[in-house]
Amino acid sequence: MLITASLFSDLTIVKMTEREERRFAEVPRESIKLMAESSGVELSEEVAALLAEDVCYRLREATQNSSQFMRHAKRRKLSVEDLNRALRWSNTETICGYGAQDALPFRPLKEGELFFVEDREINLVELALATNIPKGCAETMVRVHVSYLDGKGNLEPQGTVPTAVQSLSEDLLKYYQQITRAILGEDPHLMKVALLDLQSNSKIAALLPYFVYVISGVKSVSHDLDQLNRLLHMVKSLVQNPYLYLGSYVRSLVSSVMYCILEPLAASINPLNDHWTLRDYAALLLSHIFWTHGDLVSGLYHQILLSLQKVLSDPVRPLCSHYGAVVGLHALGWKAVERVLYPHLPAYWANLQAVLDDYSVSNAQVKADGHKVYGAILVAVERLLKMKALSLTLAAEGSGAGLPGTTTGAVGFRENSPGLSPPPEPLSEPPLGIASHLQAGGAGCPWEEWTPVSLPAMYCELYSFFGDSLAVRFSTGPPLGGATPPGPCQPLEGRKEPASSAPNLENTRKMPQLTASMNISPRRDGSPRMEPQPPSLAATVPGRSLARSSSSSSSSSVSRSRSSSSRPGRSTSQSRDIFPKARFPLPQAGPPAFSFIIGGRQMGRRCQGRRFQTSFTPTPPLTTHPPRAYAHKLPVIGRVSKPVRRWTCSHYSLHLPL
Amino acid sequence: MAAVQDGPMELDAEKEAKPEILSDGTSNLSGNTASGTLSSSPLTAAPAGGAPKMEDQQTLIAVLQFLKRNKLSESVEILRREAGLGEHQEGSQATDGSGGGKGDGDGGDANSLLSRVSITSAAAPQSMPVKKDQPDVSVVLSAYSQQGDPPLYQVYYSGLKNFIESVLDCHRAELSQLFYPLFVHMYLELVYNNHETEAKAFFDKFSGDQECYYQDDLHILCGLTKKEHLKGNEVLLDFRTSRFVLHISRDSYQLLKRHLQERHNNQIWNIIQEHLYIDIFDGMPRSKSQIDSMSGSLAGEAKREVNKAKVFYGLLKEPEIEVPLDDEDDEAENEEGKPKKKKTKKDSLGSKSKKQDPNAPQQNRIPLPELKDSDKLDKIMYMKESTKRIRLGPENLPSICFYTFLNAFQGLTAVDFTDDSSLLAGGFADSTVRVWSVTPKKLRKVKSAGELNVIEKESDDVLERIMDEKTASESKILHGHSGPVYGVSFSPDRNYLLSSSEDGTVRLWSLQTFTCLVGYKGHNYPVWDTHFSPFGYYFVSGGHDRVARLWATDHYQPLRIFAGHLADVTCTRFHPNSNYVATGSTDRTVRLWDVLNANCVRILTGHKGPIHSLAFSPNGKFLASGSTDGRVLLWDIGHGLMIGELKGHTDTIYALKFSRDGEILASGSMDNTVRLWDSMKAFDEVETDDFTATTGHIHLPDNSQELLLGMYHSKSTPVTHLHFTRRNLLLAAGAYNSQ
Repeated sequence: MLITASLFSDLTIVKMTEREERRFAEVPRESIKLMAESSGVELSEEVAALLAEDVCYRLREATQNSSQFMRHAKRRKLSVEDLNRALRWSNTETICGYGAQDALPFRPLKEGELFFVEDREINLVELALATNIPKGCAETMVRVHVSYLDGKGNLEPQGTVPTAVQSLSEDLLKYYQQITRAILGEDPHLMKVALLDLQSNSKIAALLPYFVYVISGVKSVSHDLDQLNRLLHMVKSLVQNPYLYLGSYVRSLVSSVMYCILEPLAASINPLNDHWTLRDYAALLLSHIFWTHGDLVSGLYHQILLSLQKVLSDPVRPLCSHYGAVVGLHALGWKAVERVLYPHLPAYWANLQAVLDDYSVSNAQVKADGHKVYGAILVAVERLLKMKALSLTLAAEGSGAGLPGTTTGAVGFRENSPGLSPPPEPLSEPPLGIASHLQAGGAGCPWEEWTPVSLPAMYCELYSFFGDSLAVRFSTGPPLGGATPPGPCQPLEGRKEPASSAPNLENTRKMPQLTASMNISPRRDGSPRMEPQPPSLAATVPGRSLARSSSSSSSSSVSRSRSSSSRPGRSTSQSRDIFPKARFPLPQAGPPAFSFIIGGRQMGRRCQGRRFQTSFTPTPPLTTHPPRAYAHKLPVIGRVSKPVRRWTCSHYSLHLPL
Repeated sequence: MAAVQDGPMELDAEKEAKPEILSDGTSNLSGNTASGTLSSSPLTAAPAGGAPKMEDQQTLIAVLQFLKRNKLSESVEILRREAGLGEHQEGSQATDGSGGGKGDGDGGDANSLLSRVSITSAAAPQSMPVKKDQPDVSVVLSAYSQQGDPPLYQVYYSGLKNFIESVLDCHRAELSQLFYPLFVHMYLELVYNNHETEAKAFFDKFSGDQECYYQDDLHILCGLTKKEHLKGNEVLLDFRTSRFVLHISRDSYQLLKRHLQERHNNQIWNIIQEHLYIDIFDGMPRSKSQIDSMSGSLAGEAKREVNKAKVFYGLLKEPEIEVPLDDEDDEAENEEGKPKKKKTKKDSLGSKSKKQDPNAPQQNRIPLPELKDSDKLDKIMYMKESTKRIRLGPENLPSICFYTFLNAFQGLTAVDFTDDSSLLAGGFADSTVRVWSVTPKKLRKVKSAGELNVIEKESDDVLERIMDEKTASESKILHGHSGPVYGVSFSPDRNYLLSSSEDGTVRLWSLQTFTCLVGYKGHNYPVWDTHFSPFGYYFVSGGHDRVARLWATDHYQPLRIFAGHLADVTCTRFHPNSNYVATGSTDRTVRLWDVLNANCVRILTGHKGPIHSLAFSPNGKFLASGSTDGRVLLWDIGHGLMIGELKGHTDTIYALKFSRDGEILASGSMDNTVRLWDSMKAFDEVETDDFTATTGHIHLPDNSQELLLGMYHSKSTPVTHLHFTRRNLLLAAGAYNSQ
């Protein structure tokens, strides 16, 4: 056994031969003889052979024993230490000097068949005097991470860690600091670069919670429109980044954006601050988040609607909040407007009216705000009407194509107005609502839970508020029914639903004509393109629709709840003498201001229109548009033939009418 | 244990000394009895009778030598006087054996003497550590002294092989079991009798026929070519000292017997008679897969009667602890004081435990420590936590948290979590034990005695005050061992930590002072594993000396020694009711020991490699074991049956754990994966009708893939330990392996 030990330590070893059938190494007798000679012993051939064999056996035994130590140390690699332990337990001298963890290179000698372990000489003096003292080993420590959540986690074979709980690397931290500094800093160019990177960087998933946290800081910078803007841009970049999975952070982002839309920001005290643009932008952003990521959080749509509704129905809130609610609803699509804004309108109108009709100087600021709200509502309801008409047309088309199922109508509807219906959610209206309502209404069945008001009824009601200002916008739009050939309707004439939808179609096509009576301030040389229609037509159409709605309301008791809520508003309109008929004097032709009277007609109602007076002076972006250009812009407003899917769609330009 | 076998072995040796004049096996037996009677006759009889007497004397001398070497001089004197042996005879016994006992008394005397010898020779070694007794070994090996004609061995073996291959299929599988033990024994006989070349030829010719799961043993075997080597080799010693157990149906056995008698194949018949134990059963022969699933251990299968003992696998009755009704308003309760406390109700656990489990042991079968107040508090915590436990199942898999040991250059060898998952201990190859706090609560030492004197003992927060805030840290290092720490185990009350090491000791550490309290010395060889009883106080350890020992923390010597494994005891686990201990071993068997009387109540065979992990199911009915071959086997403790085989891992399984409700079995392995198995399904699918229960022949469905619920990789971290928190979150631990 001593020999075995020295075999290892002397390094003069050892020609290892491998005999095929035995499958383990053997020490040849020559080596044994060499070893013996080196220690001054002469060995005979037989003794050497016996010794060689015994040495082999002992080596194997030691190796086998040492493998047990390896197994219990839970390693795959047999170490010198394991062998030493085995030797120690069999009362044999251990081998010293080979405890290094690194692999020892085993080299052949060129001259002979000799192999040895490379062992460089170390200059101890140099080592002792060296100045670069090697660092000690890092402390042994335990780190925990969630590897798999609920047995799922990621299914990648390499088992990476979910990002949410990953600790930040140095680089990510640096990136985070740079980005936030750039975005919130002064340099607009830097900000642009940062935002662009945020939009396209695929490796920032781990930072998402931190960014979301930064964004939630909107509440602390409500005095600084600039910062708010920057934060909103940050939201936009995050939302647009295709590599980010926002998950439940959507909720947090939405609440930050909603804050910008709805809250009476500290910055809005100063009328010079253009917080309106901020709200518009935030509303756009909201709709974008909603359309792209709304499916991540269930019930989000309903929640947003609820909070907007709450703001809208709260008269104590300042007008800028109301404005936010309206643009928010508008941004969420015409259905949201129909469901929230439209039923609230009568109640809200009274308050707004009061503001608008107060001409005291102290009220000037509030009144200006009131006009903003008025304009926003106007734009919203216009689109509502337009889209509703369009959807009716399309639905009629779908059913007119001769396909029996309502689904085809729904499909047609969805295809033709992408992005207009909210993603299917339990609380939102099913996309086939309109088509089905047409048919169900025709069959005389009660409409299901939320009953949309028929277009003519809606129009009448809205007209009662806005008068011709509503009408004029319609007139300028492209002919909506243009895409609707009248042909398909005809085969269905015998049935009831086409009969009821036919007037609708007629309405939609005629309504623009209805509203053409408009007085524009004298300075406007452009005359309305449409000829004013005889009032008789205006009288007939609502009349028809009224008749129809009365017939339908007799069949539907559900719709009454809604209409009853709007009725008090209407009844107050009687006392609401404030609705000005043309009793205002013609406005002075001051350069920055222009005014026009909208001669609204209300069948059976006293208010017949109202005159509008708007001052443009304070808002810089608008002053760039001369009134004339503005007038030419009018037709474009509300155009729906443009792709709606693009979220920065041009028809959505709230500041234009005011 | 080697020594236990010595008595019979010597008699064997005696028998084998008979020359081979006897023509067949049956007459061989009668011949032996004849020689036995001869030995009792006076020594002055014919020289034919002298040989056995000489054997006796040799035995006596061997015993005397043994006693002398162990300095039992008085015993030596007594024995010598009684045997009437002169001192000179010890030295010269080899030359004149017959002259030895000439002078002394009659046959009756010799007879009583012989019986006494056999008692002492059987009893004496029992009190001794097992190994390295040269006379014993030589006696054991002398069993091989029987001489056959060496070149004929191949003929014998191939004759049997041809016969077995020609029998009906249903018998072939059963009789094929004979190949391996016969092969080994014939080879060893050749080696022992110095027929090296024949032995090599024999090995080369037939080693390829053996089952692949015996490769490891064959590897060791092929290195043995010299008689001298046999002496020191432990594996071979195991093979000699125990009989290889085979289960063979009566039909197959008759077939074999007839064949061997027809051929007068004594050589093989002798080996079967002497070295094999054939457990004959009535009924259908088993299929190949049935046999394969049960075989593989070092000494064949378990004898059937071994597993007949009743095992009380049920759980003990939970102590009745009043659990506050409402979890949430503990504080409100404290404020309002007594009246509300009376409204506490028994927890569901308490009511359930009212009816005693019929399979549970007597409550006081094993004396258990009294519950302390802190234990009761902990039980209440446990019940509260368990109400919040996630119910796991195939659809509802646990989340896994991985505790990675970084910079463990010194080598992580063992890990344990406390039951409440608040502490983590690691044993390292550099002989340190490190304890980490997994919660934000730091580890603090108790103040020194002088400082403790100053503390006001009446104050409410005295338990808080005795802690030394200055020592608070996330981890503590415990120094004391002088070799790698192979096993660590926390006490259930979290006050103590056990560690077992290569230096042959088990140490008990206090987690209050972070010092070593006791070093338990008893194993003289590396201690591979240790485990605390689920009720504290007791613990079990097992090591290279092939025994597991039961200790109590307040005794420095073991209370029980569980001896029987033929090789190292690699892992030890307490049964949930603390009445049993399971041990896994390098001899590829799992044994279940009764703590009460240290009897082995179950021997479970079927693993094909050393067993490195064990886990009891929470209800105490089942046992899972994992081995180096990457398979997990499931056992029904009540019937002693294998009921499942989970294949999938590609390397040694070092960690096994059942979820708190027993629905999921998690296994962790060197192949860097954690796998989850549907243990409920595995247990349900087993049909335990009477037949299988009595014969133990189970047909295992090969459904590992269906039972595998999930496989989870770590990047480069072998899984050393698994733990389910009280809410069924799975914690895994291992050291990151940077290579």
